[in-house]
Amino acid sequence: MCTYATVRIPTDGSAKGPGGAWFHVTDATVYFDHPVHAMAEHTLNIDLSDPSRGPSARVAVELTASAARELMAAVQAALDSAPPELTT
Amino acid sequence: MTDSLSARTVHLPGADGDDIEGYLARPGGDDPRGGVVVIHHMPGWDRATKEITRRFAELGYDALCPNLHYREAPGAAPDDAAAVSRARGGVPDDRLVGDVAGAAAYLRALPTSNGRVGSIGYCSGGRQSVLSACHVDLDAAVDCYGAFVTGTPPEGHPLQVPNLVDQLPRLRAPLLGLFGNDDRYPSPAHVDELDRRLTDLGKPHEFHRYDGAGHAFFAVDRPSYVVAAANDGWERVGAFFATHLGA
Repeated sequence: MCTYATVRIPTDGSAKGPGGAWFHVTDATVYFDHPVHAMAEHTLNIDLSDPSRGPSARVAVELTASAARELMAAVQAALDSAPPELTT
Repeated sequence: MTDSLSARTVHLPGADGDDIEGYLARPGGDDPRGGVVVIHHMPGWDRATKEITRRFAELGYDALCPNLHYREAPGAAPDDAAAVSRARGGVPDDRLVGDVAGAAAYLRALPTSNGRVGSIGYCSGGRQSVLSACHVDLDAAVDCYGAFVTGTPPEGHPLQVPNLVDQLPRLRAPLLGLFGNDDRYPSPAHVDELDRRLTDLGKPHEFHRYDGAGHAFFAVDRPSYVVAAANDGWERVGAFFATHLGA
């Protein structure tokens, strides 16, 4: 199916994008839908982008649902392992 | 009949007269023929959809696939353009209708046109093909596993696209529907509902449903590809368009 469901949030950080160049990312778009490249019918897709730099200023990942859940847990574990005063 | 064809990018007026681009594939020769508007899936105006467009030229039709994401990202790679479109909320229904109308007018203006134009869409484009046939002067429409033509989204689903139930009374072209019985959106129950509603409305339609196939069974570059369903589906599409768009 096309889920049409899209979650968009502002974000702040950097990503390595087209041409191997780092750039500042301002937006994160998250959706569960058909991938462009991954060999799965549906994937959890994340676009980290800076729309002000044009459509190609984007880093895209497509993860299976289980991989996405494992990534969420890993992100949480990494944050939890750091001293709280550094992650607030 | 010739197997020669040519394909290129063209510009055309879409909704509100906006300049958009489209991928035009045409058979060789000057024989009158029908036209097919190919509506791409949500991942965009991509290589696979352009291959489909060329196949319709090989089948003998002038075929045009408008880039529904052109406004958001002119000149961008199809996947980047699709990402921008999605981030901005997707393709609005009224704009889609205008773009398909523009594509149909472009095809009818070609010197080879016999005046008949149909539409076909895949995935989100399947829904949009039905939507177009409710509002645009089309002679035939094909819905390949379009979700949310009927059915109610799951509770809590942040759906931005309504179903088309209230628009079906305006359907003005015969509809061919191709669906996988393992699909969940549209599920067999959704297809049953569409079949029932069109029957009740007296709208001509022809549905084919495939066991062992889920969503996107036509997509040759995806693991969802199902050879038997896709081959039979292409035969059905060919026969349907020959009936309704033939010279």
